[in-house]
Amino acid sequence: MFYTVTLSLLEGFLTTVKLFALTLVFALPLGLIISFGSMNRLPVVRLPIRFLIWIVRGTPLLLQLLIIYYGPGIILKMNVWGSGDEGRFLAALVAFVVNYACYFSEIYRGGIQSIPVGQYEAGQVLGMTRTQIFRRIILLQVIKRIVPPMSNEIITLVKDTSLARVIAVYEIIWSGQAFIKSAGIIWPLFYTGVFYLVFSGLLTVLFHTIEKKLGFFR
Amino acid sequence: MALLEVQGIKKNFGHIEVLSDISFSMDAGQAVSIIGSSGSGKTTLLRCLNFLEKPDGGTITVHGEKLFDASDSTRVSEADIRRKRLHFGLVFQSFNLFPQYTALENVMLAPQLAAKERGTYRQEEAQIRTQAKELLGQMGLSDRTENYPHQLSGGQCQRVAIARALAMKPDILCFDEPTSALDPELTGEVLRVIRGLADQHTTMIIVTHEMAFAREVADYVIFMDGGHILEQGTPREVIDNPTKERTKQFLAGYSRDGA
Ligand SMILES: Nc1ncnc2c1ncn2[C@@H]1O[C@H](COP(=O)(O)OP(=O)(O)OP(=O)(O)O)[C@@H](O)[C@H]1O
Ligand SMILES: [Mg+2]
Repeated sequence: MFYTVTLSLLEGFLTTVKLFALTLVFALPLGLIISFGSMNRLPVVRLPIRFLIWIVRGTPLLLQLLIIYYGPGIILKMNVWGSGDEGRFLAALVAFVVNYACYFSEIYRGGIQSIPVGQYEAGQVLGMTRTQIFRRIILLQVIKRIVPPMSNEIITLVKDTSLARVIAVYEIIWSGQAFIKSAGIIWPLFYTGVFYLVFSGLLTVLFHTIEKKLGFFR
Repeated sequence: MALLEVQGIKKNFGHIEVLSDISFSMDAGQAVSIIGSSGSGKTTLLRCLNFLEKPDGGTITVHGEKLFDASDSTRVSEADIRRKRLHFGLVFQSFNLFPQYTALENVMLAPQLAAKERGTYRQEEAQIRTQAKELLGQMGLSDRTENYPHQLSGGQCQRVAIARALAMKPDILCFDEPTSALDPELTGEVLRVIRGLADQHTTMIIVTHEMAFAREVADYVIFMDGGHILEQGTPREVIDNPTKERTKQFLAGYSRDGA
């Protein structure tokens, strides 16, 4: 029984990891673009983006999942997500990417704005271009500052993926829960916690390593 | 012909006039010292020379080339500003070293990027390194080249910053209160290297509150007050025999401190 449960949970866990990894792949760069937008000098660019960030951070991710999955069908009267498992996974992915990109963008913005102007000015008076200043001076300092809040957010994402089951994405909690109905046992659901712990444990070690690597400067 | 000619520079921040009609000139090899009370516009003037602020009026001419002319409304490209500001170097009060680079890397970075842009990095690489090491040696930091800024004292940081500015070979090196952020014991070592530069006839503009140092090193002293130049002349004229009441008042504050 333990073997069967483990196999079944692993299958769900695969979906969890897939959702997690794809969310990062898209949300990390998108967040950077959003953060630049939220710092833009032009109000026509800055304000709509600040508005989006407010909406996304001000409402539950659970609700966003439902709206993104069911919304287009209700408003446009058509299924934009395609049918079956893949359609639901895609909808969940979009919801996660938008949500996490907004959170990441605020972390990036905090990081970028915490770099003293003197760093930019020192580069300027040495004749560097804006791009050179960002790439050669600012970027690494920003990365160093955002690693701790980013690692927090990313570990939260590991656990947040479980919300995807409200639109029937078969992630690990779903797999665990299925045994209640099919076999009348609840321990597989509790057993899912082990998978989360191992995964977030690995991530913690990874982020700790990165922090140590960046410890050579202050 | 004067190396630098500043004519009628004006700068407003909102409604406040921070610089009004600043004019002076200096020759190559001279050290000019700018003194004046807090808020008189000394930093703003240096920032204008380094194109960190755009003056609202006046002209800046170096080697007879008009680098800035407020009455000329044609847009200046970023590339142009970059080229023009390289006539000047700036040493900040707060050093502003790049924390992720060693002392040597801090000095080499800008020359390296410039060489890469010219497409001559390969040929110049070794020479840039040698020059950076020489400059750090001249600053008395030969044994500190591989240290990161957080491993250096304030005085050492400021000397790295001076080497970094010199590496771009500016015509005129500006210092904005280079020792104000330092403990008194560390002030001496920084003043010593600036004095060394003056002995080699490096063209410099030094904003400082160290009156004794200004008197000793400067060929020319400018006293600023409320955005104006109140007096300018040799140290003997301005510091030892000021004519204006305001200058006497300002200097009296220093002799009381025993500075
Ligand atoms: N970016 C700015 N915006 C508005 N006002 C400014 C700005 N920068 C400087 N000022 C004002 O301009 C005046 C001159 O400032 P500045 O820093 O040039 O003086 P300073 O002579 O360097 O003084 P200190 O000896 O304290 O360094 C001050 O009244 C200051 O408040
Ligand atoms: Mg100042």
